[in-house]
Amino acid sequence: MAELSINERQAGDVTVLDMSGKITIGEGSVALRGAIRKLIEEGKKKILLNLSQVSYVDSSGIGEFVASFTAIGREGGQLKLLNLTQKIQDLLAITKLLTVFDTYDDESSALNSFK
Amino acid sequence: MFDARQRMPVCRRVLFEERSRSATVTEETTELTLPSRIEAIAEAAAKADEVAGRLRLSEDAAFGLDMAVREAVTNAVLHGNKQDASKPVEIAFTDAGGELVVTVRDRGTGFDPANVDDPTAKENLLKASGRGILFMRNFMDTVEWLPHPEGGTVVRMTKKR
Repeated sequence: MAELSINERQAGDVTVLDMSGKITIGEGSVALRGAIRKLIEEGKKKILLNLSQVSYVDSSGIGEFVASFTAIGREGGQLKLLNLTQKIQDLLAITKLLTVFDTYDDESSALNSFK
Repeated sequence: MFDARQRMPVCRRVLFEERSRSATVTEETTELTLPSRIEAIAEAAAKADEVAGRLRLSEDAAFGLDMAVREAVTNAVLHGNKQDASKPVEIAFTDAGGELVVTVRDRGTGFDPANVDDPTAKENLLKASGRGILFMRNFMDTVEWLPHPEGGTVVRMTKKR
């Protein structure tokens, strides 16, 4: 079974990636990077990462969030985070990245926040 | 000569008993030697989880140990040994009474943590890497880097139980 599974769905003009598994160095980080690259190539620039089923993220995974955020931003788009587990929230606090990312705990608020 | 095919993974538990005047102090060490491949990181983390379970660490402490070991082994594999699979990463978990001591040795050319940028500084926030040491320091009580007398670097981390 893959370390990270990513399901893509469209909610209006926002692309939601429902992710399940681990985002760690190697397979998980590579899968996220590939998914974001594909969306950018398709011109999809409003992206919401749903992390509710993500059980574990390491520094490589956190780095991948940042790389995705800056890649989408360079294209004039926005990347936001939905349903952070307490542990992921803690990691973002430790790294001071809660000040960088827009995070939401309900999907409708997250979708409405995209301009 | 280190032979990756024949010798890995190696894991053994070693029991030391040291009798003092008033008590018996028992140390238990779990050792693991892995080739410098990305897959070694998950193997080391699985061993950390096993140790945490055996020592009945709290869920938070076990998570922190897992994270610190992943990051230390990641650094050993990527930066110390530069993913040269013929170079081993040696990991040891020692239950030393009131604290757990974890060591990770690489065969690199040395490491000075003072040369690592603060990933929480404003100018570094959007960098894609450089947060592993921050996590190690956050989740363990002490973290130090020492040159190994026979070459390479040892990162030594402790966590009170």
